[in-house]
Amino acid sequence: MSKKTGPTSDWSRRDVLKASAATAAISGAPMFFSRNAYGADFLNNPGDASTVTLGFNVPQSGAYADEGADELRAYKLAVKHLNGEGDGGMMNTMQPSELKGNGILGKKVEYVTGDTQTKSDAARASAKRMIEKDKAVMITGGSSSGVAIAVQGLCQEAGIIFMAGLTHSNDTTGKDKKANGFRHFFNAYMSGAALGPVLEKAYGNERNAYHLTADYTWGYTTHDSVKNTTEGLGWNTAQNVLTPVGAGDFSQYITPVLNSGADTLILNHYGKDMINSLTQAVQFGLRDKQVNGKDFVVIVPLYSRLMAQGAGDAVKGIYGSTNWHWSLQDEGSQAFVKSFGQEYGFPPSQAAHTCYVQTLLYADACERAGTFEPCEVVKSLEGHKFDGMGNGPTEYRAEDHQCFKDVLVVRGAENPTSQFDLLEVVEVTPRAQVEYAPDHEMFAGGDLGTCNNGA
Amino acid sequence: MTRPTAMGDWILFICFSVVVLAMPFWLAPFGADYPDLMQKFAIFGIFAIGFNLLFGLTGYLSFGHAVFLGVGSYAAVWSFKLLTMNIVPAMIFGIIVSGVFAFLIGFISLRRSGIYFSILTLAFAQMSYNLAYSVLTPITNGETGLQLTLQDARSLDAMAGIEVTRSLPSTTLFGIKTSGLPGFYICAVVLIIAFFIAMRITRSPFGTMLRAIKSNQTRMSYTGFNTRPYLLWAFVISGMYAGLAGSLMAVTDPLAGAERMQWTASGEVVLMTILGGAGTLIGPFIGAVFIKYFENIFSSFNEQILHRFFDALPDGLENVLVSVTSLFVGEGWHLTLGLMFMIVVIFLPGGIMEGVRRIGKLFSRKPEKVVAKAVEASGAQS
Amino acid sequence: MDAILLQILNGLDKGGAYALIALGLTLVFGTLGVVNFAHGALFMIGAFCAVTLQKLLTLSTKVKDESITFFDAYKEVPILSAKFPVVGPIIVDLAVPLAILVAIPVMWIIGLVMERGLIRHFYKRAHADQILVTFGLAIIAQEVVRHYFGANPIPQLAPAVVSGSANVGSWFGLGDNVVYPWWRLIYLAFAGIIIASVFAFLQFTTFGMVVRAGMQDREMVGMLGINIQKRFATVFGIATVCAGLAGVMYTPILPPDYHMGMDFLVLSFVVVVVGGMGSLGGAVLAGFLLGILQSFASMNEVKSIIPGIDQIIIYLVAVVVLLVRPRGLMGRKGVMED
Repeated sequence: MSKKTGPTSDWSRRDVLKASAATAAISGAPMFFSRNAYGADFLNNPGDASTVTLGFNVPQSGAYADEGADELRAYKLAVKHLNGEGDGGMMNTMQPSELKGNGILGKKVEYVTGDTQTKSDAARASAKRMIEKDKAVMITGGSSSGVAIAVQGLCQEAGIIFMAGLTHSNDTTGKDKKANGFRHFFNAYMSGAALGPVLEKAYGNERNAYHLTADYTWGYTTHDSVKNTTEGLGWNTAQNVLTPVGAGDFSQYITPVLNSGADTLILNHYGKDMINSLTQAVQFGLRDKQVNGKDFVVIVPLYSRLMAQGAGDAVKGIYGSTNWHWSLQDEGSQAFVKSFGQEYGFPPSQAAHTCYVQTLLYADACERAGTFEPCEVVKSLEGHKFDGMGNGPTEYRAEDHQCFKDVLVVRGAENPTSQFDLLEVVEVTPRAQVEYAPDHEMFAGGDLGTCNNGA
Repeated sequence: MTRPTAMGDWILFICFSVVVLAMPFWLAPFGADYPDLMQKFAIFGIFAIGFNLLFGLTGYLSFGHAVFLGVGSYAAVWSFKLLTMNIVPAMIFGIIVSGVFAFLIGFISLRRSGIYFSILTLAFAQMSYNLAYSVLTPITNGETGLQLTLQDARSLDAMAGIEVTRSLPSTTLFGIKTSGLPGFYICAVVLIIAFFIAMRITRSPFGTMLRAIKSNQTRMSYTGFNTRPYLLWAFVISGMYAGLAGSLMAVTDPLAGAERMQWTASGEVVLMTILGGAGTLIGPFIGAVFIKYFENIFSSFNEQILHRFFDALPDGLENVLVSVTSLFVGEGWHLTLGLMFMIVVIFLPGGIMEGVRRIGKLFSRKPEKVVAKAVEASGAQS
Repeated sequence: MDAILLQILNGLDKGGAYALIALGLTLVFGTLGVVNFAHGALFMIGAFCAVTLQKLLTLSTKVKDESITFFDAYKEVPILSAKFPVVGPIIVDLAVPLAILVAIPVMWIIGLVMERGLIRHFYKRAHADQILVTFGLAIIAQEVVRHYFGANPIPQLAPAVVSGSANVGSWFGLGDNVVYPWWRLIYLAFAGIIIASVFAFLQFTTFGMVVRAGMQDREMVGMLGINIQKRFATVFGIATVCAGLAGVMYTPILPPDYHMGMDFLVLSFVVVVVGGMGSLGGAVLAGFLLGILQSFASMNEVKSIIPGIDQIIIYLVAVVVLLVRPRGLMGRKGVMED
């Protein structure tokens, strides 16, 4: 990282302390009461400052810490590229693009980081710090839907743009959608829709599926979405069993599957739960079984390469979906993987990809709007169509602020050639296949509301 | 330890009030002078002070106190959703509902003492947390947390003719918005009141009775004295403090999540109290400030900031220092917290207040009697 | 019927793990009077002994990976397997059982250092102080492990010979529907052996007799002129080794990560208290009881009657037991009641 950053870079620690004490003493209370005392028309307007601050709010401790670390790497890379350092990555492939490599709107990009701990309270506290103390104009990040929805709600109330990181629940752009929030990542409905044709081809129309579902919001929406698809294929749903989050040992849920007559196990689990339940399902010999004259199969609707590493050999041959994978051959993906790989020595995860893209999209939207003002940025993102970001032609739908694009169906690699080559892309399901009406029943009940400038 | 005098108490109370209200000024050099963190200081201060009324006075270590915090939050958010965005009913509901919960849980748990009591409270809290996270999703909105929506009824507001707009309403105190700095001042005033009540309870005959239970319950019961009602009262009051803190969390930020009730949250208040000094009046508040400060500020330092921090030093030294310190800040903030726990408990057996008392002793030989008295009152175990 | 048999096996397996973890905790409670919040961390460190050994055995040289063309990538070639093509893979395959041999001395030393250097000074301190200091220690241990191994779980394989399932049903003439993974059966047997050895040690040796006497009445033993303090270090060492071995053996069932100790901490305390403070037999009994009840509560038939019962069963049982039996299943009067 460059050490000469921003106007304060020549300051020593003593100077910073002295100055901040002095500022506080002089300006005192009145500043707090009128945060827009400079006559700004939106919250945290950088005004004439030469820099603009973005807030990267990722899990740095807890179960998703490694994913959070990868997201942070992607954010740092995006900041570098925006400021015109490095090889520019996807800035060269993004279509259309107003980015010039001189920061955003001519202002150098700075960033602050925070630890969400994968807890709503901690995530909101961290986001508030970025807004109130660090004067961030945009918050991005998240590695679970609960946290993303909580922070999105906060940004809506405060009047800040929220660019969601990894969040897969339908609710983020469904029941809990917000005018100030945008999601590039795909969702549970899309996972189900994308998996459909592939599962039909691989496993036919007569299957008896047993679901194990994590007992919380994301689990419920994923279960509904996948069930919707598989029943559409003609599969029977034998049983859905809710499992406590963080159960650790899933043996008591797996043994009933053995003699249930089901020939397919669908694991609506993510993170550690997915690793443990999959490892243990394989340990119990499920994959060596024959039921109804068919090979027993396991399906994991949402895959992540980082998580797949934790499950080791258990993932081989198991189908799932993913937002993006580093082995994609399009120009945008290659540019990003090259840039990320050279910086850090290994390929990026899907979490890193979505975070990187979100940052660039935000910057581009500001450029097109000519301002950081949230309502203007919202306008320029709504209905925005772009390409060259690794997922083919993509659109930010105005009605719910969800990106619509192709979805990848992947399978655990049987013979990995490298330690990163855990998943192989089976099919790129086209956008039309995974699209749904904004008022689809799985997404109903929400309201974007109006955008909030916070002023 | 000399007996704390009434004057010492008043001096302590006034000093405490001034320090709390002046937080926006003296916290600036520490980078902690923004509303959200100051609100958290005040809210967790209330939580810890309330916890200390049980643990510090009676010695009963509840390991499930966070359940009352969570229940208070849920009650407050439901009050915002169903009745009005005014915070007064929300706070009253938070206190009442958590008081009822505390009565029920206390009534059962106080049949046992020592670690058996701790595990009973822990069990109730974990049951509440697990159910709120999953089965009770219709009431608690599970993992996502209970939030306000545009479709909420808000019947009192509707009756008062407050029109519904396309954006979410904010919480108010009769028209004053309670987010940001005004929110902090509301929390601060509540904290000061809570502190005052805690002080009065501690010095009252009731408080003396509780301390007597701590020093020797067996002897108390031999004298034919039934200690249970006193303990139950202490437990309920302490639970209501937690409920108040929980409702204030909802007041400053209208969201209630199940993880507020998890055992780690219960453990946090135990740590705050012991770290600051159990049984002292202001120790728990100091512990709360320390832990929240580490959680929010230390976790936010990244290499960019560290480089700026050590910028004046020669490059080689700067890089070494940055790589060493980065282990303890940012994602490593837990490490610093763990080290602090160990250092404090090894060198200052009475928590941070033990350190204050030791410094106070140095002072008391000198003429500044006022300081000494206040320090004595603040640190008084008796 | 088969389903019930399988759930009993699940319950025994869980119970074995719970009992093994709780054993050391209750030993330390009972003899030293210390509330050790770092016990979960010791379990985690044990598991990472296995991870470390596996990493050492598969220590690799980096070779340029030609399959990746976007940037310079390297693939790892394990040195051991490359140098000894026959024996190497076998040793790697046996990493987890071998880790037991590594974990015993490592955990023993950690236990002694911890007791002599830290815990010893806290015998006379309030339980609250013990909690704070051991919790701090646990956090530090976690962060150190995370610094070296990351936050993601690291998969560990059971040896290939026992990676399959045993046809348990056919042993008892119950048909072929009751199959159970070998490694879980081994875990159960292993837990039984360790628990039995600790019991035998305390029951049949002079050392054990003194320790048991110390558990009954520390002051009296001290007055008899027996230096109980020295023996405490040994007891703490035993507890540490038990926790560590429980961790090593658990790795093929649950891919270890830095946080696994905290996940088991609350549970192991519940087991110890339900069993009765300081009672070894109680801890073992409670471990198996909770394990089996948890398995049954997770059955669909039960869940359809009481939704969410599997989420709370352990705590519900704890509450009921403590209300019916004031000092847990086998606790004695006066231990940790103040």
